[in-house]
Amino acid sequence: MSGRLRGGVAVAVLVASGAAAAAQDTMAVDRGVRIGIVYRPGVRPGFVALRAPVELDSVRTMIARDLDFTDRFEMITLPGGDSVRATGAATPARRGSAPAPAGLNYPLYRALGADFALGLRRAGDTIVAVVHDVAAGAVRRAIAAPIPPLGHPDFRPSVHRLSDQVLQATLGVPGIAATRVLFVRDGRVYLIDQDGADGRLVSASDRQAMSPAWSADGRQFAYMEFWDGRGQLFLHDMASGRRRPLAVTGRSLDFTPAFSPDGRTMAFSRATDEGTDIYTLNVRDDCCLQRLTVGRFSDNLSPAYSPDGRRLAFVSTRSGLPQIYVMGADGTDQELFAPFDYGVTGSSNAPDWSPDGRTVAFHRDVGGTLQVFVVDVRTRTVRQLTSVGRNEDATWAPDSRHLAFVSDRAGYRQLWIIDIETGRIRPLLQQSGARLPAWSPRLPESAIFNPRPGDR
Amino acid sequence: MKRLRLFTLTVLAVAAVAAACGGNPPPATPQPNADSIAMERARQDSIAREMARQDSIRRAMEEVERARRQREADSLASLARITEEVRAMLAQMINFDFDRSNIRTGDAAILDGKVGILRANPGLRVRISGHCDERGSDEYNLALGNRRAASAKQYLVNQGIAADRIEIASYGEERPMAMGATEEAWAQNRRAEFEVVAGGDMLVRP
Repeated sequence: MSGRLRGGVAVAVLVASGAAAAAQDTMAVDRGVRIGIVYRPGVRPGFVALRAPVELDSVRTMIARDLDFTDRFEMITLPGGDSVRATGAATPARRGSAPAPAGLNYPLYRALGADFALGLRRAGDTIVAVVHDVAAGAVRRAIAAPIPPLGHPDFRPSVHRLSDQVLQATLGVPGIAATRVLFVRDGRVYLIDQDGADGRLVSASDRQAMSPAWSADGRQFAYMEFWDGRGQLFLHDMASGRRRPLAVTGRSLDFTPAFSPDGRTMAFSRATDEGTDIYTLNVRDDCCLQRLTVGRFSDNLSPAYSPDGRRLAFVSTRSGLPQIYVMGADGTDQELFAPFDYGVTGSSNAPDWSPDGRTVAFHRDVGGTLQVFVVDVRTRTVRQLTSVGRNEDATWAPDSRHLAFVSDRAGYRQLWIIDIETGRIRPLLQQSGARLPAWSPRLPESAIFNPRPGDR
Repeated sequence: MKRLRLFTLTVLAVAAVAAACGGNPPPATPQPNADSIAMERARQDSIAREMARQDSIRRAMEEVERARRQREADSLASLARITEEVRAMLAQMINFDFDRSNIRTGDAAILDGKVGILRANPGLRVRISGHCDERGSDEYNLALGNRRAASAKQYLVNQGIAADRIEIASYGEERPMAMGATEEAWAQNRRAEFEVVAGGDMLVRP
């Protein structure tokens, strides 16, 4: 308890002294400027996943991992065996709530620091997840979820959705368990669950692919393919696995597609003899090309919509090295977005606007290698998130606090996930060569089930 | 042999006709005499000579034809050789400094060589593709590679080559020439490549 108190005080002091709660690359050795709070276990509510019937072991393991990956809980492992008993008298249930069901030991969970406990049981075709409020000594909510048998293609998506419901029942926030990440490896587009499971190929073309980008509804994604030196943009439908080319692209090098939040417009970069500029097209009618930037002697590329669809962050070389700029969705009011020191700050690239609209992630060259940064949209303050190895191409999770990015910190380039609140970092993949990740929005049930591999 | 037999038959037939037409006392059966033998030999000799003459003419003509073909082949080979040589000159790459797209002074001479080739071969169309090393950002490198190709194209256009004879493309860092994370590999990978799109089957030297 005192540890948690200390953690709380530390945060309070930091906030009071004006330092915004900020993350730090936890693999970093302390050197130079301090860029955020250090990850402190114990500040977060404790969560214990209770022992479940053996046949629900994999469900329990998945949910516990999903909740751990939210980085919002201190996950507590129950001591094994029956030998452990809570010491002292059981605290009576408060405010007249129902007495603890059989087999529950609220005092023990409380002693271990748990605020929430999760029990699982099977009831016919459904699995019932019982969320306990340990402090209140009562059941907070029971969620019945139809979960298909292990091995069924819908098994994992269903369990992830249950995890998100448990998070909603405990902290009242939507989760990211039922989300996926697209990425490119060896010129192909792959899809993987956010917990690193179920990786699969989605683009089956022999041509080299780049830059997958989700539509806001999660039902399709766009990407670019090299066609004989030109760049052709495609739309890939998740449910059918079919793709269609966007006919107004492909006559030149068109790349980095980005859907507007309403799904009607796509912004992208087009490279021609005159350089690279940002254009938009009408997705539904595959028409109506509009040019947003006129670079002449500079390049403008990598558009990223704000979640309200009214602005675009983008990269421009108008001041020399590429830096992060912002403009209206119609190309007006172009201005610098992420401040930099002319002649000192390295190249900045690959902006991605957080789903809550508050932050734009990008990467910047620091001493010859790339690091992930964020810029606060309102204050325009820039903060460095990573410092170990080369880190690039960050993509926001729908919760606006996790980012997937490419890092070579383990010796080869692969995908990692950072929680910008705690600074905790975990690998998403254990394969080398993965790059250009795109984190899905929260996926509609019909979109997450049974995605088919792409056809040629 | 065939001719000889034909000749003999002819002689006999002529003799028979002569015999049939004669109303006078039948002439004595022609007896071979020295004269007729000599005539016969002379005749045969002349036939053989004629045959030999025709043979030699045929051989001579064959020889002439062979020589002509040889000459043709030789000149084709040399044309192909020249074409190869010109193509190799055309394919010579240029390189760039890190995150730069300006033509380096040493590379201007290489581009001048390409100007000459494009002038000497008006039907020739080329594509310039720009490439980058792996140090920059993946997507930005597409724009940078494009700028490199555009910069090489602009140099050629400034020397009077029609812009519509030159396409540009960019592969960013997607098609490295040299693998490895060394300065040498990076330097090799920062390049513009030149390839023939059309009109490159038979090229002449500038």
